[in-house]
Amino acid sequence: MNRKQKKVLIRILSTVILLIVFNFLPAEGVLSFCLYLVPYGIISYDILLKAGKGIRNGQVFDENFLMAVATVGAICLGDYREGVAVMLFYQIGELFQSYAVGRSRKSISELMDIRPDYANVEEDGELKRVDPDEVPIGTVIVVQPGEKIPIDGIIEEGEALLNTSALTGESLPREAHPQDEVISGCINMSGVLKIRTTKEFGESTVSKILDLVENSSSRKSRSENFISRFARYYTPAVCYGALALAVLPPLVRMTALGLAPQWGSWIYRALTFLVISCPCALVISIPLSFFAGIGGAGNAGVLVKGSNYLETLAQTKYVVFDKTGTLTRGVFEVVGVHHNAMEEERLLEYAALAESYSSHPISRSLKKAYGKQIDQERVTGVKEISGNGVTALVDQIPVAVGNAKLMRQLGIVFVPCSQVGTIVHVAVNGAYAGHILIADVVKEHSAQAISELRKAGISKTVMLTGDADRVALKVAEELSVDEVYSELLPADKVAKVEELLSRCRGREKLAFVGDGINDAPVLSRADIGIAMGALGSDAAIEAADVVLMDDDPQKIVKAIRIARKCLRIVYENIYFAIGVKILCLLLGALGIANMWLAIFADVGVMVIAALNAIRALFVKNL
Amino acid sequence: MKKTYKIDVDCANCANKMEEAARKTSGVKDATVNFMTLKMIVEFEDGADPKAVMETVRRNCKKVEDDCEIFL
Repeated sequence: MNRKQKKVLIRILSTVILLIVFNFLPAEGVLSFCLYLVPYGIISYDILLKAGKGIRNGQVFDENFLMAVATVGAICLGDYREGVAVMLFYQIGELFQSYAVGRSRKSISELMDIRPDYANVEEDGELKRVDPDEVPIGTVIVVQPGEKIPIDGIIEEGEALLNTSALTGESLPREAHPQDEVISGCINMSGVLKIRTTKEFGESTVSKILDLVENSSSRKSRSENFISRFARYYTPAVCYGALALAVLPPLVRMTALGLAPQWGSWIYRALTFLVISCPCALVISIPLSFFAGIGGAGNAGVLVKGSNYLETLAQTKYVVFDKTGTLTRGVFEVVGVHHNAMEEERLLEYAALAESYSSHPISRSLKKAYGKQIDQERVTGVKEISGNGVTALVDQIPVAVGNAKLMRQLGIVFVPCSQVGTIVHVAVNGAYAGHILIADVVKEHSAQAISELRKAGISKTVMLTGDADRVALKVAEELSVDEVYSELLPADKVAKVEELLSRCRGREKLAFVGDGINDAPVLSRADIGIAMGALGSDAAIEAADVVLMDDDPQKIVKAIRIARKCLRIVYENIYFAIGVKILCLLLGALGIANMWLAIFADVGVMVIAALNAIRALFVKNL
Repeated sequence: MKKTYKIDVDCANCANKMEEAARKTSGVKDATVNFMTLKMIVEFEDGADPKAVMETVRRNCKKVEDDCEIFL
């Protein structure tokens, strides 16, 4: 509890004691009024002050005003004890609310607490703790067992097991060896590591993630906006309702029915109305639910950039996948060289050199198959033809490396391959030189992820790929994807997603899942863009709405389930809070509900809704 | 230009009121208050002086909710 909360607690306790004492005093009339004024003053002076300031600033209908009118009204009616008690319970409710919100705020931020506090730098043989912000690129930092890696870098010395669970939700530790790239936020579980930093702290993975999470709820969901709009009309509406309830029925009784006006009873009902009317339960429970949902998702390795995306994710009916790197491992390996007119080695050398400037997975596997250091000075005039391949001059000899389309474009006769895989044709000096077969492997959990998506009620799974028809069909069959579109250029993918979007009816939403390489435009075009394997890819973190921290496609199902649970809780809270309030308003108007029930409608609903909201945090077993 | 400010406020509805008040302040293009993280993200209009605008934002917020603070 902070100081403010402690002060309120003391006021509450002293009021309770005074109320108990006064209960046994035989005071009557004016004396009793004067006595009860003391606890009333203690418990409600700040509310009365705030109400007064609110009126001065033209903000009449806030909850302070409501409580002030209700309790002053009760005291005027002679219900001294009730007047004090209502204020007392209101304060208890407020205290509980601020305590509960503070606690959940803390537990959620602890969950996402991956910020490293310091970095160890070796100086004159001694370790010195410094602020990670002050470590320049290229410094060697030391990470001891049990410590977090503060900054991204490359291991210089030492081997260790790394716990990545804070980032990925993956409990299996990763091995790290010298020359491996490591990312900040992982916890070193064994062995001392010396790491040469490759980024500044502000650019490191952990800072990026924190930034993303902290700014996540700046994009508000429809339900949140609905509630704020609702609250804006609700409070004044109830106030006018209370006024009408206090004045109209007695007037009608007096004039039309010729009965006694019963002012006291009707004013009491109106005051009950005012107590019920505080919108706080509603207003707090919705953002709290989303906050807990985003926190829980983050803990499972799913970063959601805003509560609106959680909402969209819950409504997703179409899931469109990019093939490479998403459903397949994206690790292409050269499996064969066919119809080569020169030695295999030389053909690979030409291909690897021509592709040396590209970061495409294909070029990486070519370089890997070539296996030797690449001298980029031998390569000039590189022209990348998006989706088709590359032409370049290698040792001044024109080399073209790419797919069948490229060969056709260049008018080179080529030999098609009979095997399934990615075929890279190579032409040297305008003549066909053979092709290289590269194959990709389907991820271990892809098939299971697709079938689980179907079980979770996703109506269609679609796979898009720039790959050849045959490769695509084979993978699609293996995974039993509903629809496949292949041989697409990046621009075609956007067009295809737009076509699929037009098929979505009503609230159905389309999610696109990619690995963030080459598919940024599609990620932003879909209703919701999900990027996979964000560890290391900045582009993916930028372009996507939801970022999966590791490569496991099953996380998509998990993300959707988390979103649905969160939204279910949000709706439960909306219906529950509004329902109870309306019910109590009705009972209050009929004279059945008294102030005690009204206090429950206000404080009790808030507490229950807040507890329910916290459930969104628990996502382990989804 | 977007800037983030730390705020202090006790209830969620008050946070909503602060958001409203900040949005209506001239020089502010858009404002979002996040009650859970106690942050206000303000997007300023081109050419507006954030410092002066934020002073007004703070005054306006105090008007709608006396018990709030924006740390400038």
